[in-house]
Order: sequence, then C-alpha cells, then structure tokens
Amino acid sequence: MRYRFDRELDTLNLELIKMGSLIENSIEYSIKALINQDLSSVKKVNELEIEIDDMEKTIESHCLKLLLQQQPVASDLRIISTALKMITDMERIGDNAEDIAEIAKYMINQKFIKDIVHIPQMADATISMVKRSIDAFVNKDKNLAEEVCKSDDIVDNLFNIIKEELIEKIQEDKSNGEQAIDLLMIAKYFERIGDHAENIAEWVIFSITGEH
Amino acid sequence: MIDKLKIENVDLYYGEFQALKNINMNIQENEITAFIGPSGCGKSTFLKTLNRMNDLIEGVKITGKILLDGVDIYKDMDATVLRRRVGMVFQKPNPFPMSIYENVAYGPKTHGIKNKAKLDEIVEQSLRSAAMWDEVKDRLKKSALGLSGGQQQRLCIARAFSVNPEVILLDEPTSALDPISTMKIEDLLIEIKNNYTIVIVTHNMQQATRISDKTAFFLHGEIIEFDETERLFSMPKNKKTEDYITGRFG
Repeated sequence: MRYRFDRELDTLNLELIKMGSLIENSIEYSIKALINQDLSSVKKVNELEIEIDDMEKTIESHCLKLLLQQQPVASDLRIISTALKMITDMERIGDNAEDIAEIAKYMINQKFIKDIVHIPQMADATISMVKRSIDAFVNKDKNLAEEVCKSDDIVDNLFNIIKEELIEKIQEDKSNGEQAIDLLMIAKYFERIGDHAENIAEWVIFSITGEH
Repeated sequence: MIDKLKIENVDLYYGEFQALKNINMNIQENEITAFIGPSGCGKSTFLKTLNRMNDLIEGVKITGKILLDGVDIYKDMDATVLRRRVGMVFQKPNPFPMSIYENVAYGPKTHGIKNKAKLDEIVEQSLRSAAMWDEVKDRLKKSALGLSGGQQQRLCIARAFSVNPEVILLDEPTSALDPISTMKIEDLLIEIKNNYTIVIVTHNMQQATRISDKTAFFLHGEIIEFDETERLFSMPKNKKTEDYITGRFG
C-alpha cells in the first residue's frame, strides 16, 4: 500500500541528508576560513550557501506537493511538517556559517590576539549536532535527538569560556578590542548554530512523539 | 457534555456471522461523531442498530444495550417513536417520487399533523435548516426527482429534520456528490450540530477530520480506537488505526 508515497518519503529523507551534509561542509569551511585565514574557504562557504538555499526550496516544494497530493495524517503528517520546520533552521545555519566566513575574511591578514582553541571546538560540536539531528530524523531515533538537545550545553559552555577569555584580552590591552569583538561575534554565531541544531532535534522528537 | 446514546456490550449476528463484537461507546449530544473503517468493518451495521434499521433484516440477533437518554431502545421504546427521534440519511439520495413539498411534509403527516399552515411552517423550517429554502421556495410543487444529486441529498436531510429528531444518522451522505454539494452538506452539519446529535459514517477521512468532534475506527466488527478526532488523526494510539488512516492497509 502507498508504495509511491513511501518512495517519496524516502526521497525526502535523502534530500534532507544532502542538505545536512551541505550545512556540515559549510560550517567546516567557515572554521577553516578563520583558522587557516584562507580566502578559498570563504568562497567555498559562499558557494555552499547558494546550494543550501536551493536545497531548501527543493525540499519545501517537495513537502508542499506531498501535502497537496497525499493529504497525510498521523505520523506521515508529522514527518512532512517536521521536514518543513527543519529546513528553516537548516537554512539559518547556512546563513550563520556565511556570517562567520564574512568575519573570517575580514581577519585574513590580522595577527590573532590569542590561540584559537575553543572556537574550533564549538564548530566540531555543532557539526556533530547537525549530523546527529538529521540521523535521528531519518532513523526515527528519539534518544539520539534528546542527546542532541543536551549537547547544546557543551556549545553554550564553550561560548561562555570564550567570552571570559576575550574579556581578559581586552582588559590586558585595549587595542585587542576590535578583534576580540569579531571573535566574540563568531563564537555567538556558533552558539546560534547550536540553538538551530537543538531546534531541529526538538522537531525530530515531535515527529516521533507528537509532542513539542 | 451529555451522553445522548450509551452503547453497552453490543454484539450483532447475521445468522452465524458475528458482525459486531462487544461495542461500547458513548455518543455525546451536540457533537458530530464519525465512524471510519474499511468496507465490511461493521460501521454501517452499527449505525443502523442506533435506530433499529436492522430489525427489518431476517436472521439478525442483537445483544447488549443501546440507551437513548437512558432508555433502552430495544426493550423500552417503540420503533416508530425511536425512528422519529433518531432520523437517518442514506448514501444515495432517495427522495420520494413526489413534490419537494410533499417529500418534507410526508413525515409530519404520518405523525398526524394535518393543519396546512403548520405543515407549511415545518416544510419551510426544515428546508431552511438544510440550507436550501432559497433554492427551492419557488418550485415547491415540482418533483423532487428534478433536483440535482446534491439538492436531493439536502432534501433528504430536510426530510429527516421535518419530524424534529434529536439524533441524525448519516451513512456516507456525500459519497455520491460533487465537491461543492459535499462542502454545503459539511457546512450544514457543522451549523446544525448545536441542536442535534450527529453520527456520520464516512470513507472520506479528510471529511471526518473537517467536521467531526470524535472519530471511531472500526475493524472486523470491533472498535479499535475511539477518540477526539484531532487526536486520532494526529497521534493514534493503536498501530492498526495508524496503518489504516495513513493508507498502509485497508
């Protein structure tokens, strides 16, 4: 029964996995752009952003088509409405990665006021959150989605550590101020990415339990 | 909320075949209750037990209790009284081969109303309730068979109203109608539910979600799940319900 619809849902999963990997790449290139002070990585983030936006439109129209044609109910309705909500957060993650790359581009010729240690850790943590939240959706894994929600604390803690360090740097030398603020903004964008990944995981839990 | 109908441990047999198995449910006043399920699941059979339409079928045996306002309809109520209080509209519009006016006046007349002015009033009121007075007021003397399918079905609903029932049973009332007529009947049912208790059998699940307050899912003569419509269609408790409403079996 409903083989065609089930095939369509499989295709939707594949599209979400693809959009997820574009986002993971985008976060990776944004952190590379910062750490390696690498212009080609900035360009890569810009290219990925176009692909992410296109992917959002593709998935959105696919979901609307399924709503129209299949008039889904129960778990089918939750899956499609979850996908529609997820892609909004995913697209925002792409925007945030681009924001990070923009600041990194501005810092390409600057000497760093401190070793960049915790920001890459934020990048790793958020990439993992995005990846796991999409895995949780595809595999209908509630426990994994709940783990992702908890992981946001790691990202928030790292943000607080970075903030404290940067305050110290400004106190040491006021001329550090401008770069400290740029780094803080980057950290804040990663913190926002963590929040979006947590939102995705919360929607995945809704798709499984019906509760949000 | 008042329980208009209480159904307790109802079993129904057609000869040796058990068509309904231990049905228990309360149907509340001023609500629309929908019955869904695959063909042959017992939902229409159960609907008919609510005004004893199955009495007319040979070899039917019913056990258990069906209470209308607390009175056992099989033991303590005359079938004619019951059918005045519990009206029925069928899948296929079945107007009598007479005028629009006579179709609606027929019921009240059989219940002894002779006064022309009173009958006029009932006919107008019933046709207004069925949202078709303006469409037919200038051709009341014309044959009902000249009406469109959707109009015929609304006429049948008007005919059901004419004897001032408390409960209206509808067996797939829109399955033969075009989308506009279907929408008119759905709107009508929502408008009138504050004054009636409505039970509808439907194969159209979107229709159940649009109009009903509660939905019962029937399968193999049993109620598998009975819940608030919104809950049943968003988060069904039973896997069989989920599989049926998402079209994965049935």
